[in-house]
Amino acid sequence: MLLGHVAFALLGRLGWNQLPPNAIAYGGAAMVVGGLLAVAGLITYLHRWKWLWKEWLTTQDPKRIGVMYVIVALIMLLRGAADAFLMRAQQSVSVGSNQGFLDASHFQQIVSAHGTIMIFFVAMGLMFGLINLVLPLQLGARDVAFPFMNASSFWLFFAGMALVMASLVLGDFSAAGWLAYPPLSELKYSPTVGVDYWIWALQISGIGSLLSGINFMVTIIKMRAPGMSLMKMPMFAWSVMGSMALVAFAFPILTVTLTLLALDRTIGTHFFTAGGGGNAMMYVNLIWAWGHPEVYILVLPAFGIWSEVVATFSRKALFGYTSMVWAIWAIVILSYTVWLHHFFTMGAGADVNAFFGITTAVIAVPTGVKIFNWLFTMYRGRISFRSPMLWFMGFVVIFTIGGVAGVMMSVPAIDYQVHNSLFLIAHFHMMIIGGVVFAFFSGLSYWFPKIFGFRLHEGLGKVAFWFWSVGFIVAFTPLYVLGLMGATRRLDHYDASLGWQPLFIVAGIGAALIGFGVAAQVAQLVVSILLRDSNRDLTGDPWNGRTLEWSVPSPAPFYSFTKQPVVQVRDQFWADKQAKKSHKEYEDVLLPKNSGWSVAVGALAFTFAFCLVWHMYWVLPLAFVGVVVTLVVRSMNDEPEYVLTAREVEKLDQAQARKVKEYEAIQS
Amino acid sequence: MKTRGKILVVATLLLAVVVLAGSYLHSHPIAVLQPAGQVGTKERNLMIFTASISLIVVVPVFVMLGMFAWRYREGNPRGRYDPKFEGNGRLEAVWWAIPAIFITIIGVITWNSSYALDPFKPLQGNKPLHIQVVALDWKWLFIYPEQGVASVNEAAIPVGTPVDFEITSDTVMTSFWAPQLGGQMYAMPGMNTQENLMAAKTGDFRGVAANISGSGFAGMSFTVKSQSQSDFKAWVGAAQHSGSKLTDFTYMNLARPSSNNKAAYYAAVQPDLYDTIIMKYMMPTDGGDSVDAVGVSF
Repeated sequence: MLLGHVAFALLGRLGWNQLPPNAIAYGGAAMVVGGLLAVAGLITYLHRWKWLWKEWLTTQDPKRIGVMYVIVALIMLLRGAADAFLMRAQQSVSVGSNQGFLDASHFQQIVSAHGTIMIFFVAMGLMFGLINLVLPLQLGARDVAFPFMNASSFWLFFAGMALVMASLVLGDFSAAGWLAYPPLSELKYSPTVGVDYWIWALQISGIGSLLSGINFMVTIIKMRAPGMSLMKMPMFAWSVMGSMALVAFAFPILTVTLTLLALDRTIGTHFFTAGGGGNAMMYVNLIWAWGHPEVYILVLPAFGIWSEVVATFSRKALFGYTSMVWAIWAIVILSYTVWLHHFFTMGAGADVNAFFGITTAVIAVPTGVKIFNWLFTMYRGRISFRSPMLWFMGFVVIFTIGGVAGVMMSVPAIDYQVHNSLFLIAHFHMMIIGGVVFAFFSGLSYWFPKIFGFRLHEGLGKVAFWFWSVGFIVAFTPLYVLGLMGATRRLDHYDASLGWQPLFIVAGIGAALIGFGVAAQVAQLVVSILLRDSNRDLTGDPWNGRTLEWSVPSPAPFYSFTKQPVVQVRDQFWADKQAKKSHKEYEDVLLPKNSGWSVAVGALAFTFAFCLVWHMYWVLPLAFVGVVVTLVVRSMNDEPEYVLTAREVEKLDQAQARKVKEYEAIQS
Repeated sequence: MKTRGKILVVATLLLAVVVLAGSYLHSHPIAVLQPAGQVGTKERNLMIFTASISLIVVVPVFVMLGMFAWRYREGNPRGRYDPKFEGNGRLEAVWWAIPAIFITIIGVITWNSSYALDPFKPLQGNKPLHIQVVALDWKWLFIYPEQGVASVNEAAIPVGTPVDFEITSDTVMTSFWAPQLGGQMYAMPGMNTQENLMAAKTGDFRGVAANISGSGFAGMSFTVKSQSQSDFKAWVGAAQHSGSKLTDFTYMNLARPSSNNKAAYYAAVQPDLYDTIIMKYMMPTDGGDSVDAVGVSF
């Protein structure tokens, strides 16, 4: 009895009964634990712990932080894709008397985890990763405005990811859909820890995102190379600026909304409960007031990537630069005026629905303009169809079709018939995979040589592209039809008499084709690393690029530039190449020292959230004070930076040049 | 020859897909595109119209994508290379205008159809039949206040008569959707929403809960039985003779979570049951949602 009380005081809700309930869930847990042990074992075996800590975990170099983001995001992509395969597999067999292999609650957890992971830990991770890799280099800056904050953002993102993964081992995950509408997500209807995991994973990583948003915003405003006026910035930088403006204003809404839901669940308030004065419609409004801008937070940097890729591979400057800038800001403003289109069916009056329907459709105008401008960048160009450009071709086709579905759904009277159906699912996957994920894949193969010094294997990249594109069409076209047949999203079972099974099987085959695409990407990475000596980028400019990141050798050195560049025109590097200008100068470089404190911030945030999920209340003040103390101690540090003298820079630069010579010898 | 072989393979594959898809669609109804009532019909027509006029953007995009990609591919001597061509005010005005025109048309359609197809708007016709809908875990309760009967997971309606559904939920939020009749409407605890529908044909039409509502969600479907006036009367009569009554007590039992329920009928309904269900959530304390009730304390 006493023991029970002590255990409850110490461990809260955590107990042996929180281990996975069945074989499939055990499989997931085993993969998490096994994966961790395997990685830890490998690092120990290779004696790499110290190296890992000094070179990577404590780094403040945005390029390395970017790489860590991308690695985490790609691992989470595997998890999210595995969830997708389980869903389609269940739906292919769970018909009539066959109940499939997942029970309803488990299926709904998988659905919720899939959405949450793909948006927060894959798309956002790839986005922040690419921004970290590319943005400072493009601006001619050596760093972001607040390096320590940047590293802390990553560790908060990591902590959020770790919480989602922990839910596979201890307890369960939310089964209330990826946005956890109350009352279903309230304690009465979801009494387990699942929704708490969801709340705190998003809360922690969301705070990281907010900090990143501010950081990159300030970076763009304050850290551009001398001479680079705003209208001379690369389009990717513009798109990041638009996206980060959205982050800075949208993520606080998410933070507040999640806090209110957490209060409902932990201390019994009634913000969104059914009864007790709560109003769930408030939650639905708030979550979409964040959620819709979130779509554009993801898609704007994607548009920025297309602008770079299309210009480079067409060997022309981006067409209609000024139009493109205006289009970005039109999208930024409009994206705050459309959130209600996610719930036309909640009973608002005709005038309210009509207003939000029209604002929604209006976003198609600047988006359409961007597509036309990319097409005219190709016009009278010299287009080289390397894999980054192929992703763009796939994007235009898929995104345009998905966009038409989107415009259709912007008409409320049409939306009533497709909302919550698989038609909607097909639409937004076309936008987010076709629009966002394809762009990030394109960007990754485009900038990969800049970061690692060698190109990704082109043949396997093309294989991946074709599997993804064809698989995508096979996977999602049936969903349009199923939606129109009346199939709703998140169904773990349906009647045989409906005759939907063939379409679900086709969709499952499509998912399997995408799986081959993912496998091809994994193979591409492995093969490229093995064959790196034959794929070295010796010039630093493998694609005949236009912007400043291509002016430094590959891999980009940690000090980025030997001397900060001065900019006179847009696409300065291209202009320099045309004028055959090249110069090597050196200057003293100020760089941030490594810091373990940002890792501590992430670790303490994880501890705080994990203990809150399990109601181990005694830990909370300790963890919270820990975060505060960490920040204070770190702020007391008067020398967070060190100077690399011009002489040292010159030495390092010449060492790299010698290495390039060696590789040249190997290749020839 | 090699290219021709590839084209042949792709063409054969596409043909096979078209034939298979065609035969599948021929034998399976597409509820939203084959409506059985005026609301659904208008919504379908709107859908087809919008999709068609979007072609004024889609066609140029696809044509230009294909043309430019082919003509200006690297190594094609016929494609002119003009790296200085990086802006043209007039051209850009054209493609600000094309989507703008398209969206203006959509905007007008949106405005008009939002009023014309407002689910709260009564439909023209005979005196409407009034049905109160309550979403429960995980079944639908239909109360016929004027007929004094109620049913579970089955709603009979007379063909050609407007039906005024009032919708609420006595559990979490979900969505009331009978696609062949018309669009969906959220069912929310403590809220009263409305959906006006009318069947133009007799027949059994499937309805579902369209929004996730817990573990029994996938099985939470119902049938709308659109019947002739006399069949409808007979249905009401049969319900009246079914014996069981829907009182506070029987309702409490019904409201307990259960899934994949068969159709059931109630001969009588306690008056004001629907209002009581809604008002329950307006009370200052309901006990159901407070944290203590679930045995977790801070």
